[in-house]
Amino acid sequence: MLKRTPLFETHQKLGGRLIEFGGWEMPVQYSGILEEHRAVRTAAGLFDISHMGELRLSGAAALEFLNRVLTNDVQRLGVGQGQYTLMCRETGGVVDDLYVFRTTEQEYLLIVNASRIEADMAWLEAQWVRFSRRGDVVVVNESDQYGAVAIQGPRVAEFIDACFDGGWGGGAAVTHARDLQKNEIASFRTAPAVAWVSRTGYTGEDGFEVVVPAKEVVVLWNRILTVGQPFGLKPAGLGARDTLRLEACYPLYGHELAETITPLEAGLGFFVALDKPDFMGRPVLAAQKQHGFDKQCIAFKMAGKSAPPRPHYAIWTPAPSARKIGEVVSGTQSPTLGVGIGMGYVPPAEAKPGTVIDIEIRGRMTPATVVTKPFYRRKA
Amino acid sequence: MEHNIPSDLNYTKSHEWVRVAGDLATVGITDHAQHELTDVVFVELPAMGRHLKAGEACAVVESVKTASDIYAPVSGEVMEVNVAATSNPALVNSEPYAGGWFFKLRIARPAELQGLLTAPQYAIHLGP
Repeated sequence: MLKRTPLFETHQKLGGRLIEFGGWEMPVQYSGILEEHRAVRTAAGLFDISHMGELRLSGAAALEFLNRVLTNDVQRLGVGQGQYTLMCRETGGVVDDLYVFRTTEQEYLLIVNASRIEADMAWLEAQWVRFSRRGDVVVVNESDQYGAVAIQGPRVAEFIDACFDGGWGGGAAVTHARDLQKNEIASFRTAPAVAWVSRTGYTGEDGFEVVVPAKEVVVLWNRILTVGQPFGLKPAGLGARDTLRLEACYPLYGHELAETITPLEAGLGFFVALDKPDFMGRPVLAAQKQHGFDKQCIAFKMAGKSAPPRPHYAIWTPAPSARKIGEVVSGTQSPTLGVGIGMGYVPPAEAKPGTVIDIEIRGRMTPATVVTKPFYRRKA
Repeated sequence: MEHNIPSDLNYTKSHEWVRVAGDLATVGITDHAQHELTDVVFVELPAMGRHLKAGEACAVVESVKTASDIYAPVSGEVMEVNVAATSNPALVNSEPYAGGWFFKLRIARPAELQGLLTAPQYAIHLGP
């Protein structure tokens, strides 16, 4: 039985096409992936992200515990700040990638992948049992209690404050949501509820993500749609979410990330704080940083007009050497660039931007070039 | 969802349409198929002169999300392919029965046409 978010009936009314994603029945599109993608790049898009997990960690030892299980340095977060981070096994393999927000002095909100909630909780509980100060940290999975939406696009800051009824005082010391800096979080009233609003996203555009009690999310969704309509806001589905994140080269768990892949191999070394005290996976990651690794995540662009690359297509060196060197993990036709783009894993020796590779598409060698990430970067 | 199913065409269960004129069959994908595929971004057509067997995978249509095979509704030789659809794949969405056609076959076994669905039969196949 697939799980449904509180917005399921709202999606149906909006003509959303529902598909299975990570055990959830979610809208892949409403008006069309290309149209929704364009709306987010040029105006604004509204996404249901209620399937994502919310974990709460609190207590006098919460910071110490999180700094042991996460790769980034949680110590750097003041109240009202968040950071992208990863959770690794002893092997350095990624259990999940997530956002951690410090909501009060001793409370943290973790936003995790929908498909990884159970795996994350199992992993955190196993680490908690081994943690000497476990009496001073509480880990709670509150995913079912919350709904969430993402509002993304260059025009969102123009109407975000009309979605709320003023500040509630939690998190960052701001009066207006538009005053949040990137990765900051604060609470706002949205009658009758209180919402956590962060300046984060998964599209490569400016935007906000909002976490509210599950029973309030439909009212909030409708309010945002009404308020944003004059600015070109459109509901957007998982299809556009995927093309947008791929153009921005954001990893998707199950594609760029897995328990067999380390953050360094995925090109996410920036989010691994090797300078902090010991943490799960550190010995392996430190050794990789020093000695290197044998596969690396690349971004590549098809050389000309071709079918779009897809996950599991083989990556080859061009003839005459014609060696199979890796596999595509994500691929699509880039709506912004109008060419096939993808990410994949190859040996580091083949990973330099400018390297010419072949993607095997239905038995045919199709030329592509390794490029610098990301494919798309918004103008500051 | 209501779909356009022209009464003068024949159909396959795999959502191709066939327009017969003399010994030529023009083939495309139905309005229902283009709607299910969503935005078409790439079309790959069979080589001219290729002899296709009925039911053979002979073309590929790719949406943003996925690649799908197109099957030859009847046997025959590929006489013409729609280069307008390969250069502008969105035609498959906007004009599935007109500018978005895929290829034309010279029908090898006219008896195979009897195995195709009529418009009412295809409507029943799609269900309510």
